[in-house]
Amino acid sequence: MTDEPLLRVTALSKYYGSRIGCEDISFDLWPGEVLAIVGESGSGKTTLLNCLSTRLLPTSGTASYRMRDGQWRDLYRMSEAERRFLMRTDWGFVHQNPADGLRMTVSAGANVGERLMAVGDRHYGNIRATAVDWLGRVEIDEARIDDEPRAFSGGMRQRLQIARNLVTGPRLVFMDEPTGGLDVSVQARLLDLLRGLVTDLGLAAIVVTHDLAVARLLSQRMMVMKDGHVVEAGLTDRVLDDPRAPYTQLLVSSILQV
Amino acid sequence: MATPLIVSEVSKAFTMHLRGGIRLPVVANVSFSVRAGECAVLGGPSGAGKSSILKMVYGNYGVDQGQIIVDHHGQLVDLATANPRTVLSVRRDTIGYVSQFLRTVPRVSALGVVAEPLVARGTERSEAHARASELLGRLNLPERLWSLPPATFSGGEQQRVNIARGFITDHPVLLLDEPTASLDATNREVVIGLIEEKKLKGVALLGIFHDADVREAVADRIIDVTTFAAGKVAA
Repeated sequence: MTDEPLLRVTALSKYYGSRIGCEDISFDLWPGEVLAIVGESGSGKTTLLNCLSTRLLPTSGTASYRMRDGQWRDLYRMSEAERRFLMRTDWGFVHQNPADGLRMTVSAGANVGERLMAVGDRHYGNIRATAVDWLGRVEIDEARIDDEPRAFSGGMRQRLQIARNLVTGPRLVFMDEPTGGLDVSVQARLLDLLRGLVTDLGLAAIVVTHDLAVARLLSQRMMVMKDGHVVEAGLTDRVLDDPRAPYTQLLVSSILQV
Repeated sequence: MATPLIVSEVSKAFTMHLRGGIRLPVVANVSFSVRAGECAVLGGPSGAGKSSILKMVYGNYGVDQGQIIVDHHGQLVDLATANPRTVLSVRRDTIGYVSQFLRTVPRVSALGVVAEPLVARGTERSEAHARASELLGRLNLPERLWSLPPATFSGGEQQRVNIARGFITDHPVLLLDEPTASLDATNREVVIGLIEEKKLKGVALLGIFHDADVREAVADRIIDVTTFAAGKVAA
């Protein structure tokens, strides 16, 4: 186990004019660790995720990332080209709506292969073999490799998006409501798949969700957000079983029992 | 003799913010220690705070005051104030826990559930599965169930999966929350045997047993939780 974090976030704030997106967020993320950010719509969790993944620039604060060569880099001082390279090699971003993360009019195989080509793989046979392997890992039948994702169900699209993100062996994956909008049975399958992949690959992940069951299943650590602030943070089972902040108690007590 | 777990002047209350901020004291001034090779049993009626104490030791409940000192890789760690990463590391290598109920994960087989703590510590999957099979066999779980996810198992079957999962590792501290509650006499005997083996290996065990026969068979010492009562007792 390494004794250095992968990501260091210090006093990160994002304002939209005078309105708070998120304010004064600090945490460390370690390799292989899954952090869930929970809260309801408008709590600032997606703003935070977008700042961390550099899709949005914060108003103040810093986020440093430990590159593969061990060098620490300030994410907001990198050049656009460096950031883009990081995003398509060492990072993944799984969108709630797979259409935002996939190219809907090229084949499933090409969707996976494209990320490989972006990191310099040029051998068609290798790319296709890797694509087949990854479709298998996300439980998509190899026979569908030449189909466009337009012809896939919602659950299959989401699994394809995950394969596209993981094929380059990223160390950090951002996920925005990865199971939102899916049927419950499809959700369970996807969650189980994600859980297995994250464990097997030793990925670090930051998962934004409003679903506490998703947080419980996927994450070891959790941050609860409200009105742009972190109101409670800690070990996931501690936060859920012994919630201390009034808002966390409200969230936990609002879960419907089945 | 080594003392891998020391609980010192621990207090815990729940503040119910949704109920006008009522404060429910659970326990106060909890102090005891567990030595290597002994099984200490938390005694007292329901609601005395036995489970809460166990959950605080596992880091599942927060601690308001006091210290929970555990010997983790030869270093003393205070679980009451440890950061999440330290607690996870302690859970992986030092403190095991057999909870009352199994939290099932969709699509993971009984064998996979039992082997997981070993795999997480770096044991080869095939070896971990062999150890898991051996334990499930000892606990008389029918072999046809091993490859199935435990979600549909009976209470007793789930509990045996849970016990096997807790006993498979060689954690130096093992917490047991009523591990025999829904077992028949035969399997209770198996669990008593497993606990004896842990003691011989020098594991410090801390448990809750409502079943008087099991308690008498395994307990070296009863810790009376009612002496830690904090006024009104929480539900």
